[in-house]
Amino acid sequence: MKKFVCFLTLMLAFAIVLSACGAPATPVPAEKFRVAVVMPSAINDLAFSQSMYDALVRVQKDMGGPDAFEFVYSEGMFVVDDAAAAIRDYATQGYDLVIAHGSQYGSSLQEIAPDFPETSFAWGTTVDTFGQPNIFAYEAASQEGGYVNGVLAATFSNSKVIGVVGPIETGDAKLYIDGFKAGVAATNPDIQVNVNYIGSFSDVALASEAATTHISAGADALTGTAQMVVGAIGKAEESDVLWFGTQSNQASLAPKVVVASQVYHWEVILKEMISLIQSGTLGGKSFKANLANGGEVIEFNPGYTLPAEAKTLADSTVKGITEGSINIALP
Amino acid sequence: MISDLLSVTVLVGILASGIRLATPYLYAAIGETFSQRSGVLNLGVEGQMLLGAFAAFYVAVTTGNLWLGVLMAMFVGALMGLAMAYVTVNLHAEQGISGIGFYLFGLGMSDLLFQKLLGTVETVRGFPEIYIPGLSDIPGIGEIFFSQNVLVYGAYLLVPIAWFILNKTTLGLKIRSVGENPDAADSLGVSVTRVRYFTIILGGTLSGIAGASLSIALLNVFQQNMTSGLGFIAVALVYFGAWRPVGVLGGALLFSMINSLQLWIQVLGINVKSEFAVMMPYVLTILVLVATVSRVRAPAALTKPFEREN
Repeated sequence: MKKFVCFLTLMLAFAIVLSACGAPATPVPAEKFRVAVVMPSAINDLAFSQSMYDALVRVQKDMGGPDAFEFVYSEGMFVVDDAAAAIRDYATQGYDLVIAHGSQYGSSLQEIAPDFPETSFAWGTTVDTFGQPNIFAYEAASQEGGYVNGVLAATFSNSKVIGVVGPIETGDAKLYIDGFKAGVAATNPDIQVNVNYIGSFSDVALASEAATTHISAGADALTGTAQMVVGAIGKAEESDVLWFGTQSNQASLAPKVVVASQVYHWEVILKEMISLIQSGTLGGKSFKANLANGGEVIEFNPGYTLPAEAKTLADSTVKGITEGSINIALP
Repeated sequence: MISDLLSVTVLVGILASGIRLATPYLYAAIGETFSQRSGVLNLGVEGQMLLGAFAAFYVAVTTGNLWLGVLMAMFVGALMGLAMAYVTVNLHAEQGISGIGFYLFGLGMSDLLFQKLLGTVETVRGFPEIYIPGLSDIPGIGEIFFSQNVLVYGAYLLVPIAWFILNKTTLGLKIRSVGENPDAADSLGVSVTRVRYFTIILGGTLSGIAGASLSIALLNVFQQNMTSGLGFIAVALVYFGAWRPVGVLGGALLFSMINSLQLWIQVLGINVKSEFAVMMPYVLTILVLVATVSRVRAPAALTKPFEREN
């Protein structure tokens, strides 16, 4: 044992001497960047949690694979207490960045973050960093993609009735739905948009029945947000009614009827955070994903043949929003 | 705006939705009625439903055979029931706590299997609507009652069958006596253990079908925790229905109809805050419960483990 320690010390001394002799520009292999995420639903929910998971996979690919960027996650953390315990555990284990992906985790984070001043935390969707130097906040301007989806839906609707299935009238969902309504109204004010908040993020059965209700009320285009909409998308496909997605790309679930999805590309924000952390800033800043910075992308379903003029309209709407010529009036 | 609610489209829509929404509650709550009438409270219904929903979905996706899916859901539900029966009847475990344990097991296990075997949310072609010749052509009535899928019809057929078994057969008499006075039943040669095993396994089987009715008949998708509390509402409906199949039917229909009414209220743009609309089914169900069934008595031996006195 003693010999081994001697040997190790010797090697270390050599290493230091040698590295000191080397050209100063030689990059020291960067330490692996480690991220942990806590998410309310499953990583394959085709919605909010999946958008973060997919983004982390893309960041990992861009940063050079698992050797340079490692991430771990806890999914299905709908109990806030459990999530808080997981956040604390990850911080204790020395992760560089701990992401609390759900606005319900905010107050837990506010308590935990001061105990780990060396660790960077991020939470969303919100703009509030609680004034703490090691908390980042992030959110999505979901009304922008909502607006584009609304414009598209309005051009496709023959019955002049469009249905929306929402979870709870707050936050990201409300922004998206208000943006969608604005897009429809700007394109064709005669179209009636029926909105249904079902009061739950998980009740697939009620979401599905809400879609059926919209269809009975004459809707020929539907949209909706949060993870319980999979039930509604299924109904849309059965009834051959168009679907406009958000959060993740939902085309795989109903290839016949999904026209386009607003997809959150959180990696744009994550990369900014990571470079800030690497340069020593651990928080205190809030980020917004939008169409202009590429944090939101309108992804068309290749399985659905989109008329050329609709595609042009969508592109010009995206351009109008990013350049500021289109102003989305929210209530 | 309120007058919009009285149009034919809306009324038919509300009733047809209500009938569909009540389906999983009926299977689960009738099953629970059997086990509670024999003196066992099974709070694991939600977990049994989730595993049943997954089993049915997985089998339907991989084999394309929907009936095989239902069979698998029944089998998985029965297996969960068997485990529950062993824990509560043989080991005399506290029923509420062990039920919660089985719920959590079902929740976690169905999610794990989903992640490992499927990995992503997908759809399946579920049971189609069956249009009963002649009857389904009646305007309104046809759409409400005679244009549903086979598992919906099954749920409503189950009500008279359950009533008949509980009230008109020797088996039903045994179940009720075991739930009221297991000592007396035992002294007359009725095996309390065997009867309770039977009812708990039957309850599990029906909960399995309840799950299948969601995943391969009504919604045709599977998602983590897709029942989101339905199983617990089913347990509440048994109390609401005063441990009688017909009462359970009334409760399930009332709750589901008000739920579909609130969906329409929002769709029609009637000026009610969505939070209040969503609350309606729960509030009204509680009000009816308070007003009507305060005099009904639960099975006397409910939640009490049976131990033979020497």
